[in-house]
Amino acid sequence: MTDPAVPPVLRLDDMSVSYRIRGRAVPVLSQVNLSIAKGEVYGLVGESGSGKSTVALAVQRVLPANGRMSGGRALINGRDVGALDRAALLQMRAREVAMVFQDPGRALNPSITIGRQVAEAFEILGASGHEARRRAEEMLTRVRISSPARVMERYPHQLSGGMQQRVVIAMALAKDPSLLILDEPTTGLDATIEAEILDLVDTLRREFGASILFISHNLGAIAGLCDRVGVLYAGRLVEEGPVRDLFADPRHPYTAGLLRCLPRPGLRKDLAPLDTIPGFPPAPGSIPVGCVFAPRCALADETCRTIDPPLVTTGAGRVSRCHHHDRVGDLPHAVPRAAAGTLAPAGASTGTPVLELTALSKTYGSAPYAVQALRDVSLRLMPGQTLGLVGESGSGKSTLAHALLGLIAPDAGGGMALDGAALAPEVRRRTAEQIKTLQIVFQNPDSALNRSHSVRRLIGRAITRLGGLKGAQREAQVTRLLESVRLTARQLSARPRQLSGGMKQRVAVARAFAGNPRLVVCDEPTSALDVSVQAAILNLLAELQAERQVAYLLISHDLGVVRYLSDWIAVLYLGRLLEVGPAARVLDGPHHPYTEALLSAAPSVSGERTGRIRLTGAIPSGVSPPAGCLFHTRCPRRIGPICDTEEPPFTADAHGHAIRCHLPRAELGRSLAPATA
Amino acid sequence: MSEALPLTEPAPGLAREARTRGVVGRLLRTPSFLIGITILLFWAVCAVFAPSFVPYDPYADDLLNTLQPPSAEHWFGTDQIGRDVFSRVLVGARAILTIAPLATLVGTVAGTAIGLITGYFGGWVDAIIGRLLEVMLSLPLIIVALLVLVALGPSTPTVVVVVGLVFAPLVARTVRAAVLTERHLDYVAAAAVRGESAPYIMSVEILPNITPPIIVEGTVRLGYAIFTIASLSFLGFGVQPPTPDWGLAIAENYGVLIGGFWWTVVFDTAATASLIVGVNLAAESLQRALAE
Repeated sequence: MTDPAVPPVLRLDDMSVSYRIRGRAVPVLSQVNLSIAKGEVYGLVGESGSGKSTVALAVQRVLPANGRMSGGRALINGRDVGALDRAALLQMRAREVAMVFQDPGRALNPSITIGRQVAEAFEILGASGHEARRRAEEMLTRVRISSPARVMERYPHQLSGGMQQRVVIAMALAKDPSLLILDEPTTGLDATIEAEILDLVDTLRREFGASILFISHNLGAIAGLCDRVGVLYAGRLVEEGPVRDLFADPRHPYTAGLLRCLPRPGLRKDLAPLDTIPGFPPAPGSIPVGCVFAPRCALADETCRTIDPPLVTTGAGRVSRCHHHDRVGDLPHAVPRAAAGTLAPAGASTGTPVLELTALSKTYGSAPYAVQALRDVSLRLMPGQTLGLVGESGSGKSTLAHALLGLIAPDAGGGMALDGAALAPEVRRRTAEQIKTLQIVFQNPDSALNRSHSVRRLIGRAITRLGGLKGAQREAQVTRLLESVRLTARQLSARPRQLSGGMKQRVAVARAFAGNPRLVVCDEPTSALDVSVQAAILNLLAELQAERQVAYLLISHDLGVVRYLSDWIAVLYLGRLLEVGPAARVLDGPHHPYTEALLSAAPSVSGERTGRIRLTGAIPSGVSPPAGCLFHTRCPRRIGPICDTEEPPFTADAHGHAIRCHLPRAELGRSLAPATA
Repeated sequence: MSEALPLTEPAPGLAREARTRGVVGRLLRTPSFLIGITILLFWAVCAVFAPSFVPYDPYADDLLNTLQPPSAEHWFGTDQIGRDVFSRVLVGARAILTIAPLATLVGTVAGTAIGLITGYFGGWVDAIIGRLLEVMLSLPLIIVALLVLVALGPSTPTVVVVVGLVFAPLVARTVRAAVLTERHLDYVAAAAVRGESAPYIMSVEILPNITPPIIVEGTVRLGYAIFTIASLSFLGFGVQPPTPDWGLAIAENYGVLIGGFWWTVVFDTAATASLIVGVNLAAESLQRALAE
């Protein structure tokens, strides 16, 4: 498909990279072959440790000091990067390759104005000071920054994450590179902002004609943006092909596994568990015999365990490193739950709610700089159910969780009740029973587990505190809990750093369940994990809920996760509830315009990009929230002055579905494909 | 550098030992650490065993042989009342190597406690204690120590406590900074949600994670403690005569330097200097090894 006379913009020929760790060469990439044609967007997918970021570093020859390209070549525009002398290498980095990193906040110099930083990129290319500023302004316009002159006066911290990433992209494009490398460019950003950035990249690729290497663990983002995709597993390219074909009909069990792990529409906790990929990736440096994926593969047979499969062509432009690429469709699915629907069904339940919040508010600071993180939030959660709390950063999700857990005191006037009894704002005023009842699973197990303590101690202490058990009884309970989160006694004496991300999160779950809680706050429980691990943790949470009738307050920005686990969904924006209702009704519609935007921002692996609703503008500051409807500044369905002046009413229909919008329900958006099958 | 690396997972249970062994292994391969620890060990051996192997009783005067230059009988010569300088220098290690580590221990323990409390509670506790510590830090240490010793009268326990307390603010500052980064981690919140008490969270949850900076701070303080105590002895507020001590010996003999009796002072000075250099070499290497 490429003209042989024009070399591909990037070509990797059997590229291998190893890192030297404690005197030993540990291979990170082995014999990776790929090529990116002019104007093509190539997606590189892989989970953490697969070596995808190493590819980005190696092609620019900026590996860390202990890294080395141990074999093969990387060619940019036909020239071997490894053979360039210093001057030519600098020239190549200055003019041909540009890179955008994950965290824009760290890629920008905090003490230099935006204008200065962007202009600098042009000055390096030889523009005079005045000329550079003019071109910087022009470039900021091209990345759709609406008032570039004003933005240029600002410092990076005065911009939102999405704006920062636009600036970084502008700087990268300044040199009109032939290859643009984007390494997880949207990972730290909110869903609506992520969608904006992905759209921007999609537009820019047409305007600039640059080839793009797009590195991501986010299959949805890749599906929507890339032409071709390569799947990296344990440093090997296991499958490659045109993105639509490959995602629609994966020919490698790992790719198939990754796609199936995603909680997709129509799948709910009470219908079937999510598919998972069993086992762990091989430890770096281990020398696999046969196929590297064989230990985790349901199709593996004797051939797979002895012979490393070559890359075989499986279709037009498609290759797979699998002996059984024609049988991938036969991979067994997870078994649907035997008694579907045995979990408490969503709907207007009766009885005492396990949690009831009435008019809960939280204000940080004092006037005129007061920030209202929570405004008048009222919610109820029935035993054994999940309430999904959705919102972008700054929406007050975490404030709500922290208030509930007694880590911060809410404003006077609101009320919290657990099992019908008032819940004191401070932990020390709560009864032992209330402390046992209410526990938490944090987002990042690295932060949530004390790195000095062993698993035995981490869980044992919680059992002593919450379950009141000591000695042999405690030991027995530790083992029981470990089993219920699918860990074994082998892990008892391990410390967190010796466990994989998923195992750590299991320990955190076990700890939260030490006192038989009735309500567990799950604060982004899977967002620090890889997708294959995410599926396993979600299954675990669903099973524990079914077994123990525990209620979850699930905080997440990932609608897939929320959809899979939730019975009720609440949408929070600037601390205000915009929509509350049974999960199916919130997901199917009628939606609040904000919910609708969130739903359509979530990228799907089918790669469909139609009917998306885009939000424009930044999330307003909590210091000076908009008057009237809080959402009117970004609302695509704003109807008129009433939105700017009057806050919409918040009344529930017969199903308990409430929407804070002036538009009549009949005019509100609905999902094209219902979320529940 | 290590950020780009995938984490290896050693077999459970072995990692902590492996890490400890890693630190020790790195230290034993660092020349500056080896030099420092050799000097320290030499003086430690002297402190414990010197009285049994030195050629002369370090307390015995010999008024017929005062101020003798170094010779075959008296390697480092004799002092104003004829005591053997060589014996007194070796035995002199005992006083300084008892007082300095004890004072360092007092300072590190007190400083760690203060740092934990100020860092963990923050707010007005931090504001009040923090300002008090700043007042202490703004005064020259040696003057503060002198004032207290004048008020209480010099004695070994007083010196230990006074020097220790003078060092506590410095340790507290380091510990507080370490606590501040820890207390925002979720394991502290998890403990609070479990209903753990503040002392438990500080001592069982946070403390184990901040031991590396405390160890480093402690070894650095040891070097300063040796220096401070030698200075106090020199000024007459530390070790009291006739106990053999380097700072004291310099104080007693510097008056006769003008007469050319250099040996009464030079060896004690060199001993003090070598000990401080030894401690600092070891401390610096330890800091680097722990930082890796």
